[in-house]
Amino acid sequence: MEFPTALVLNAIIAGLLLGGFYAALSVGISISFGMLDVVNIAHPAFIILGSYIAYIVNGWMGVDPIVVSLVVSPLFFALGILLYRIYYVCFERRGQESLRGLAFFFGILFITEVALVLIFGVDYRMVRTAYSETTWRLGPVDFPMRLVVPFLVSVTMVVGVQLFLTHTFFGRAVLAVAQDPLALRLMGVNPTRVKGLAFALSIATAGVAGAFLIVIQPVQPAIGREYIGLVFAICVLGGMGSIWGTLLGAFVLGIAESFTSTFFGPSWAPAVSFGLLLAALGFKPSGLLGR
Amino acid sequence: MADQLNQPLLQVSGVTKRFGGFTALDNIDLIVRPCERLVIGPNGSGKSTLVNCIAGTLRNEGGSILFDGRDLGSDPPHGRVRLGLARTFQIPRPFVSMSVLDNLCVPLEYAARQHIKLGKSEIAEAAMHLLEQVGLADKSHALSRGLTQVDMRKLELARAMAAKPKLLISDEAMAGLSASEVDDILVLVSGLQQQGVAVIMIEHVMRAVMKFSERVAVLVAGKKIADGDPQSVVDNDQVIKAYLGE
Amino acid sequence: MKNRTFAALAFATAVAVIAASRLIPNDYFFSAAYTVLQFIILATAWNILGGYTGYVNFGSAAFFATGAYSSVFLYKALHAPLVVMIVTGTLAAGLLGLAVGYLTLRMRGVFFAIATLALAVVLYTFVVNWDYVGGARGAYIIQPRVIPFGLPRYIHLLYSAMVLMTALALVIARAIETSTIGRGLAAIRDDELAAECAGVPTLRLKLFSATVSGALMGMAGTTFPYYLAYIEPSAAFSLSYAVNSIAMPLIGGMMSWVGPVIGAVLLGSVQQIVQVTISSAWNLLIVGVLLVAFVTLAPNGIMGWVDAWRRKRR
Repeated sequence: MEFPTALVLNAIIAGLLLGGFYAALSVGISISFGMLDVVNIAHPAFIILGSYIAYIVNGWMGVDPIVVSLVVSPLFFALGILLYRIYYVCFERRGQESLRGLAFFFGILFITEVALVLIFGVDYRMVRTAYSETTWRLGPVDFPMRLVVPFLVSVTMVVGVQLFLTHTFFGRAVLAVAQDPLALRLMGVNPTRVKGLAFALSIATAGVAGAFLIVIQPVQPAIGREYIGLVFAICVLGGMGSIWGTLLGAFVLGIAESFTSTFFGPSWAPAVSFGLLLAALGFKPSGLLGR
Repeated sequence: MADQLNQPLLQVSGVTKRFGGFTALDNIDLIVRPCERLVIGPNGSGKSTLVNCIAGTLRNEGGSILFDGRDLGSDPPHGRVRLGLARTFQIPRPFVSMSVLDNLCVPLEYAARQHIKLGKSEIAEAAMHLLEQVGLADKSHALSRGLTQVDMRKLELARAMAAKPKLLISDEAMAGLSASEVDDILVLVSGLQQQGVAVIMIEHVMRAVMKFSERVAVLVAGKKIADGDPQSVVDNDQVIKAYLGE
Repeated sequence: MKNRTFAALAFATAVAVIAASRLIPNDYFFSAAYTVLQFIILATAWNILGGYTGYVNFGSAAFFATGAYSSVFLYKALHAPLVVMIVTGTLAAGLLGLAVGYLTLRMRGVFFAIATLALAVVLYTFVVNWDYVGGARGAYIIQPRVIPFGLPRYIHLLYSAMVLMTALALVIARAIETSTIGRGLAAIRDDELAAECAGVPTLRLKLFSATVSGALMGMAGTTFPYYLAYIEPSAAFSLSYAVNSIAMPLIGGMMSWVGPVIGAVLLGSVQQIVQVTISSAWNLLIVGVLLVAFVTLAPNGIMGWVDAWRRKRR
């Protein structure tokens, strides 16, 4: 097999751009799974939900999907609060999160997907934006704007989440809840409340990531599942609960996928993330930047 | 026979355990002879880590642990229980979906059977007998999740006894119990000695320490600073210093 | 009841059911019953690892498809007889269970769950790209013209095989449940560390459980290519297998072998009816809603109600 320079360069750039987007998909999982120990396998369902909301509003008023997603993110936040409440009351408090809690999120994932199928059918939907068709060229390397714009917003969002976690009282409380909930209680902060808000934040990021998704590619209800392995792979690969690790893991995965589809064909790409996840789980569960 | 009794049952030599940069156990030596009663306490740090290293739930980095003349190396906990080294947990961990009786059947089937031949009905009998000893016989068919804290501690102890160990490590079995309950458990544990079981107790309850022990070992900051009969340990300068300060 | 008695009874019932079914003229019955039985096996198999041992498997479809595609392979390569397909597919899926278990069961339980989610997609991608077994287009499997035992149609043979396999799955599940192994698995489910410290070889038992569970799921899939006569990856890897094999034990009750059977019969029949009367998308929605409703409101399932009622009467 040959690796022509232009092809390799393009694969790297496409991988990095894709990686930035993947970071937005997985930052929520890094919060919920990595920090709060809430195994929200329904996360991708909320991403797809975000895609469809952006799609509807865009078709209705012509607003850019990313703008839509930022405007409706409080709704996702509220949904997150509600969901965590149910999870806490029904599973966490009873110590049943490992089996029934997982089944619960699986059910939510499934219901969301089937409901979207019933409403929108299984056709692929997409959104055309002002920059969808534009591509910058730098020598042999392409910078398609439909990847660049989500990349920029996404990296901004992920860095913003990291700064928020390290530089605000609430953020530090979230980091503390991951380490030692008892100490937090002694400080007069209710860990359940902190967890609820942090979980809501994770769902809000999913909604925004959904808008990126529909800008980048056509969306269909069932594709959410393909991202389950991806987001967990990135979270585990990056080291549970480390936002910088998530960003790094996302870039690694983006480049790996981009190379796979360039040199072996796109039909093999989905297996990359899962293969990496299995490998990461099997051999180095502490991740790249693991504690 | 006398010679055999002098052979150590458990020989911990040079055991070290670190968590990141923190040294929880620093070069610990400890010997327990058959049928001996040893208390580790009454205060200080590293005790639970030592229990976990001996039971195999944590891996020690340095040193060796010999049990019954055999190097435990990296044997998993279940292997150690089967050799006759049982432990209780500081916070009781019953099998919540099972009845009290079934809780005892697990170690009887998986550990005790390794050295004692037991049929199905004998297992139920043995479990019932143990429940009578700890005073839980009338609750044998209750679900273990519904037990009171005190009963859970008794169950925890009975479950360790059900493994038919040669050495039983009890990790703070008496914390939070009333005086009469402490006495109940002391009677139980003393009974074990008559059955030929050596006991290590990790204990805070001072009365229990003085009443029960033939020997006391004291760990402070991961180091063993004293080991001997209770009176000599209480008189030990280092122990006094550690507890009362300079 | 002794396990041997139960086994004899189960297989005698199976044979009686097969014989009695000969009186039913309607082919639809056989194909509907086949589907329900298939769900009973899947639910029972899932429950061995999920209900007895406490480890969630989201990859039922992967194991099922392993069984199905090993049959496709044997069909293409050797035109092997049905029995050989069943045995091979069962073993292959069992091996897969062992392998995934070995990779992930040493860690916290949730990693196993996530790995099984991943497994379904990896295998799906693999099959889509494997042209020999039909790739993404799928493959036609022609039912043999000669039908043994004097049965009128091939579906009768598949149905009979399914009845026997269901009996086998139930016998195995019950045997595990009532044995020392079953108690060990329950101890793992309740508290893995305490189980290990009570002498239970937890890793070995978990691997055993993952292997048996995977093998039975694979077994349920071995006859699937013949049943459809045409197999494609999206049918064999349908998410409906994953969600049903979780929902059925949860709805029926996970503590004994009866629960998954109740759940499968109930949910399987409802789905058959809804599929005919409304649409298959709706029946998936119903399964999902029932799953969430039961898991939040009645965590011990239907058998949980029965147990509570019994305890009250005592």
